[in-house]
Amino acid sequence: MLTTLVPLIVLFPLAGFLFLGLLGTRIKNETVLGLIGSGTVGLSFLSAAWIFLSMLAWDAVDRSFSVELFPWIASFTGTPSSFSSSFAYRIDQLSILMTLVVTGVGFLIHVYSIGYMQGDRGFWRFFSYMNLFIVAMLNLVLADNFLLMFLGWEGVGLCSYLLIGFWYTRKFDVGGYKPGTAFTNDAAKKAFVVNRIGDVGFLLAMFLMFDRFGSLNFDSVFGAASVLSPGNVTVFWIALLLFVGATGKSAQIPLYVWLPDAMAGPTPVSALIHAATMVTAGIYMVARCSVLYALAPDVLTIVAIIGAATAVFAGTMGLVQNDIKKILAYSTVSQLGYMFLAMGVAAFGAGIFHLMTHAFFKALLFLGSGAVIHAMHEEQDIQKMGGLKGAMPVTFWTFLIGALAISGIPPLSGFFSKDEILWKAFSSDYGSPILWFVGAGGAALTALYMFRLVTLTFEGESRYDTRALHPHEAPKTMTVPLIILAVFSVIGGFVGIPESLLGSNALEHWLEPVFRPANAKLALHPHDPELIEYVLMAVSVSLAAAGITAGRTLYLKRKDLVEQLQALFVRTYKVLWNKYYVDEVYDAVFVRPTVRLSESLLWRGFDVGVIDGLVNGSAAVTAKLGQWLRRIQTGVAQVYATVFLGGILLVLTWLLFR
Amino acid sequence: MIDLHTYLGLSATGFILGVIGVVTRRNAIIVFMSIELMLNSVNLTLVAFSSFLGDATGQILVFFVMTVAAAEAAVGLAIIIALFRNKQTVNIDEINILKW
Repeated sequence: MLTTLVPLIVLFPLAGFLFLGLLGTRIKNETVLGLIGSGTVGLSFLSAAWIFLSMLAWDAVDRSFSVELFPWIASFTGTPSSFSSSFAYRIDQLSILMTLVVTGVGFLIHVYSIGYMQGDRGFWRFFSYMNLFIVAMLNLVLADNFLLMFLGWEGVGLCSYLLIGFWYTRKFDVGGYKPGTAFTNDAAKKAFVVNRIGDVGFLLAMFLMFDRFGSLNFDSVFGAASVLSPGNVTVFWIALLLFVGATGKSAQIPLYVWLPDAMAGPTPVSALIHAATMVTAGIYMVARCSVLYALAPDVLTIVAIIGAATAVFAGTMGLVQNDIKKILAYSTVSQLGYMFLAMGVAAFGAGIFHLMTHAFFKALLFLGSGAVIHAMHEEQDIQKMGGLKGAMPVTFWTFLIGALAISGIPPLSGFFSKDEILWKAFSSDYGSPILWFVGAGGAALTALYMFRLVTLTFEGESRYDTRALHPHEAPKTMTVPLIILAVFSVIGGFVGIPESLLGSNALEHWLEPVFRPANAKLALHPHDPELIEYVLMAVSVSLAAAGITAGRTLYLKRKDLVEQLQALFVRTYKVLWNKYYVDEVYDAVFVRPTVRLSESLLWRGFDVGVIDGLVNGSAAVTAKLGQWLRRIQTGVAQVYATVFLGGILLVLTWLLFR
Repeated sequence: MIDLHTYLGLSATGFILGVIGVVTRRNAIIVFMSIELMLNSVNLTLVAFSSFLGDATGQILVFFVMTVAAAEAAVGLAIIIALFRNKQTVNIDEINILKW
């Protein structure tokens, strides 16, 4: 019974994608299209929920099983270099949690999109892409081998590309360089290309796994790897290359640059793909491969450092942005950094916990920003907003809940997950006080930029033309998902209340069997609740509170202080405003040399010179030869007769004297 | 009794004269006549062999050849007349438009 339910999780959205993609143009009724688009995801969520509820009743050992749909690839069977891979889904504590998040949050965002995309020319196209995204994402999280995971991995990348460039005729401001010249297509291309760079890492890791272990199945690879000693060079490279893939997909240093530009897409896309689900694929992959990372402690350190650095680095950039969605984008990059920090200190459960709570509150924040953008008629600059609190109360209150949750204010969900990460960063055998310090600083930054955003958008004076623009609350299809997500942003953390706060940390116990092999390899020392844990908790909460207060004070009451600060740190401000010139550096170091090389050598040299040269050359040679040979045809019949005679004489001579 | 070699020698001489005429002469009518000469030389060969072998097939074939040659002569002359009407000449050096 349950094994038949597993493929259904994926088949529902697949059917939705095929139906909408093939017949969408014929259906003119947006309600029907929207119901199909979101309904399929809803059914998928119900299937996943059914499986989850059944799993709750089972013993922990039965909770992990795989369902083979069909054999996919089988080559060189029977030889030493044989390779086989099947289309198999794995259900376990980790994948079912991810499936619930993807389909649950995905469903709410689909419903929201019915309101947000109302009247759009590509309404059906939007929903078919979104359904395809859900299919690919589910393949990614449910896969039982690396190859199928890669299929989903590339699939979500494709959907991300399609949806970032969804409004392909629109101009898009990429910020610092070449303002006003880019189209949303350019942002989509950037996302695609940067992701491809990461994917090379993933591919190389797969090649290495196949070369060394002869298989790409999770069980075989992890089984073969766990025989090796920790620090083995093979596992080191596999783990590192996989992490390169993760930095691309999950927007970490040095490949984070695509995510802020990805905001060119419609807001529900940013919420679903670039906040709640796709960008967490890297976290999921690291968690899935926890055994490999446990065997490569050096890579764990790299992961932790990259994660912590990204958390702070992205936070500082978010501090000065004025585009409502870009602030949230940098915030996403920063929060993903926290999750990688958790992975890096071997707190896999904490990372997944933050992934889940982040999916709730970041989807909420994005959808809220979408409601604001909708009300402001596509205005995204928070300097031109203000005072929207009264006009859109539901959006304001839900947005405020999201902002409090992300800032880590107890007892909202973000507090529990972020605090667990920070505590693990401090106390874990792989953590250090420095990592905690960086993380806590990032938490203060988070609170500051979030409340700068909230204050500038919803409070204070209206800075838009109140005669021309009358902001209004979003329709029900948009506010209901906001309210549901707000509820989850509040209560979502209760599944992971730590023992030190008299909770049971249910989520960590639920996930524990998945990470048991990794934890066994790492030989972690468990920590009992200590005084220092409460102290650190208090410090991080007060940092968040300080950030909130600072944000509110600076941007509501003491605007003069903001200007003074800007004048005082004019250079720092300029660097931040230009996003550390990273895009410019990449442009100068990688993009332009590549373009120049392609233009001079590959285009003008090889393509025009060699390829076109060969084609045109053979044509020219033939023409020359024809010019010369046509002189044989004199048109004088007697010449032909003479040649004819000569030929006969030749044949006769040959016949007679051979 | 004249032997076969004489007939064949005469036939070959006629044929070669015809070939030389076709290749060297400029007047289309004379070229045409040379072709007829070649044709009839071959006829002579056929008849000679027929007589030598005591088999009538060769002679019957010659009748057919003559019939076809008559038809061909009509067509050939018609072509020459058509050419003359177009080009006001039957000098085949000037009739050289059958090229590229």
